[in-house]
Amino acid sequence: MDISINGSTASLEKECTLEALLLSRKLNPAVLLVERNGEIVPAGTFAEVLLCEGDSLEILHFVGGG
Amino acid sequence: MDDVFELGGIALTSRLFIGTGKYSADALIPDVCAASGAQVITVAMRRVEKGSEGIVGHIPEHMRLLPNTSGARTAQEAVRLARLARAAGCGNWIKIEVISDSRYLLPDGYETAKAVELLVKEDFVALPYINPDLYVARDCAQAGAAAIMPLGAPIGTNRGLRTKEMIGILIEEMTLPVIVDAGIGRPSQACEAMEMGAAACLVNTAIASADTPVHMAEAFRDAVRAGRMAFLAGLGAERSGGARASSPLTGFLHALGGEHADL
Repeated sequence: MDISINGSTASLEKECTLEALLLSRKLNPAVLLVERNGEIVPAGTFAEVLLCEGDSLEILHFVGGG
Repeated sequence: MDDVFELGGIALTSRLFIGTGKYSADALIPDVCAASGAQVITVAMRRVEKGSEGIVGHIPEHMRLLPNTSGARTAQEAVRLARLARAAGCGNWIKIEVISDSRYLLPDGYETAKAVELLVKEDFVALPYINPDLYVARDCAQAGAAAIMPLGAPIGTNRGLRTKEMIGILIEEMTLPVIVDAGIGRPSQACEAMEMGAAACLVNTAIASADTPVHMAEAFRDAVRAGRMAFLAGLGAERSGGARASSPLTGFLHALGGEHADL
């Protein structure tokens, strides 16, 4: 199953939730801001989101800035 | 001296806002927060990269986060970033930064004012970063901004209050708080902005790029406070055309011009 993550294509071996994807990439879901197909995924609901073929994810976090 | 700065429904006792960019080590940030006395701190949002930890873990809990929309080139992109920031649970304050000029990083006044309008409708506390232009400032005020944030000099240049005259006009003409953002390089420049009647200063690069950021944070804390107190105290008038003695001009030890005081 192919999805897009921050503009790059990623192949997932099997269906998984957003939270499982983030954890598999060693990302801490608690500090992430995620858009799925242009819609914000509210914090705390990542485990309820089942990813689908063709999904487009934007995964951001807070970084240093002025 | 009680001096509270009300912004977005919050009573702030510090008028120094700080940033989180460009530190040689992000681990310095908690000590910088403490030394600066600041209560508001800016952060940016970017795509996550492998191995990057993000900044939030370095920010003490008592600080109020002020996410910026840096990276946005249009009002719509700023709105998108602002919504993401709020969904992350860090409150409804947003520093609106809309820039498509990559050399001088000057803000786009039209898109910025448009972003203010859209975000105020969504109940954000909108803090737009602007050129110190009276018409842009008025557009932002009209759109419901909580304050305006004019630049002293281009971002990250440490060049000081190059736009002093224009900032002075904004302070005079606008009823909204004026928070000088960008360009301030020295504590004396922050002090000067506060003496002029700025409501607050946002300082990032000048602290982060100092040899000892923690000490520079303390210097800015004192400078902002001194400038504010001077403003509240009311500066004495400037005079030209000769000195005005501060000490009495009579009763000198060696009487001048035959003057003798009678006891």
